[in-house]
Amino acid sequence: MFSRDRWLEIFDSIKKNKLRTFLSGFTVALGILIFVVLFGFGNGLDNTFDKFFKDDALNTMWVRSGRTSKAYMGYKANRRIEFDNKDLKDITSRFAFYIDGITPRMTESGNVGYKLESNNYSIRGVAPSHQKNEMTIMMKGRYINGLDVKNKERNVVIGRLVELDLFNGEDAIGKFVSGGGRSWKVVGVFQDDGGDNEERIVYTPYTTLQLIQKNTDKLGQIIISYKPELGYAGAVAFENQLKKYLKQKKFIDPTDPRGIFIRSAASNLRENDQFKSALSSIILFVGIGTLLAGIIGISNIMVFVVKERTKELGIRKAIGATPSSIIGMILQEAIFITSISGYAGLLAGIGVLKLVGNTLEEDYYITDPYVDLNTALAATILLIGFGAFAGYLPAKRAASIKPIEALRDD
Amino acid sequence: MIKIKDLHKSYKMGSNSLHVLKGINFNVEEGELVAIMGSSGSGKSTLLNILGMLDLLDEGSYDLDGVPIKNLDETKAANYRNKFLGFVFQSFNLINYKTALENVTLPLYYQGVKRKEREEEALRYLDQVGLKEWATHLPSELSGGQKQRVAIARALVSKPKVLLADEPTGALDSKTSKEVMALIQDINKNGKTILIVTHEEDIAKMCSRIVRLKDGVIMEDKKNKMIKAI
Repeated sequence: MFSRDRWLEIFDSIKKNKLRTFLSGFTVALGILIFVVLFGFGNGLDNTFDKFFKDDALNTMWVRSGRTSKAYMGYKANRRIEFDNKDLKDITSRFAFYIDGITPRMTESGNVGYKLESNNYSIRGVAPSHQKNEMTIMMKGRYINGLDVKNKERNVVIGRLVELDLFNGEDAIGKFVSGGGRSWKVVGVFQDDGGDNEERIVYTPYTTLQLIQKNTDKLGQIIISYKPELGYAGAVAFENQLKKYLKQKKFIDPTDPRGIFIRSAASNLRENDQFKSALSSIILFVGIGTLLAGIIGISNIMVFVVKERTKELGIRKAIGATPSSIIGMILQEAIFITSISGYAGLLAGIGVLKLVGNTLEEDYYITDPYVDLNTALAATILLIGFGAFAGYLPAKRAASIKPIEALRDD
Repeated sequence: MIKIKDLHKSYKMGSNSLHVLKGINFNVEEGELVAIMGSSGSGKSTLLNILGMLDLLDEGSYDLDGVPIKNLDETKAANYRNKFLGFVFQSFNLINYKTALENVTLPLYYQGVKRKEREEEALRYLDQVGLKEWATHLPSELSGGQKQRVAIARALVSKPKVLLADEPTGALDSKTSKEVMALIQDINKNGKTILIVTHEEDIAKMCSRIVRLKDGVIMEDKKNKMIKAI
């Protein structure tokens, strides 16, 4: 079947029937090209989406306190509620089953300087698990650790842009910065996908910050990451229980809408998941649609090709071609053309994606469009398979009609 | 060479059956040049199709060079056609994107002959029909007579037992017809058995035997004093 003679015969037929070759090749190449480009754009949209919503971990809850709006159990309304270290401990032990990580976040702003440079930055007192909540990526050094918190170390972790602002290209690790009349040791530099502001933050252990604020035990807000396996329902239940517990603990009227605020990504998560699955469906639909169009195209052309060659096939049969050699010839030619052009379409598609790659991000929300090679190859093979199948049926018919009918002049 | 006994063939046309050949008995010896004549509808083309294994017979027997031709599937028929028969058609039926030489080599390709041998052999036959110089030309660059001569070379290249020609001069003017017939007579003189289907009296007279068909039976079967074409 794969003799040299057969190949020469096929090359001859390809070479001398350029239009036919071009049509079938072009259809397949175009089909694959469009598939790869659309699929890539779809993935790009998906990426943009991820980028927008994935900066903060999705299984996060922000617990904030404020003023109450109702009098309760002898307490007046408009009482200010604050969390302290004991609350943190109690929540941790009571809800251990739900909690993956917990951290306070005390925020203030302060002047931080190194040598002659200084600037105003947002200072956050945190615990180690804050890194996970903010999805902070360490570039060098380390994040705040448990020992820092325990020993109230004056260590800081600074953002990439803080290092850029203050250190002028110098390596900040191990250097001391000044702030609030004290010096602080830089133990790490981080980056964050959330934008420039997120990279102009200085982290320090919350215990250290409490210490220099006249040894207070107040915490600011509490950020909890719950175990992802809780799912949406579990997260909502946890949120309700936590709110109830804290209101009880702080003597707040259970019907008071104020006092304790919990913002959860769980409800956002649900909407995001729905949006994302809708997006994926659209991408899938577009991909399948394109492939289907390609399959129909190549099938049509194969039917046309065999029809056009009916007379030639009749001649070949009259001079001794067996039906199987006829079918084999047509299929081999079809598979050869579709494989080559499918591959060309694949390369062209990937080329287009590379070329437009990051130019579409701002205007069209397409980030880093790509198609994974397995999908693209599977699509190509599918198209080749259907091309061959679409060629097989008419080829079989052509091979089985009597030569005398094929040769009839009409 | 060819032995046909009690050959019947009918075609189903809806609920009716059209009896085309009604008991043909007909032998051809080696080296004969036979003209099969008849008006349209006489069954002459059906007879040629059956001889050429392009169609199956209903009843009777057909021996070709001592081989009984029966129970043919498509593959077997293709092999027999390739080995035993050469075809010449009214409309030449050359493959239009192949050169004269490539057209002539094609039967040998299906016999599995090596490329170089194929070309040498094909060139020899093109030379025999006087078209060696035209070997690299496409059919569209050849005249009708030249095309038919290429077709004859193609039919002969596989060294068939019998050459079957269906109105070989039907698409040619009378001068070219004569040239082609002269070539056929020449080939016949070298010992090849040839059957020609024709409705032209002139062409029939150039053959050594004339068989006349009418309504599916042989009306007349007689030797003819062959007139030289040129």
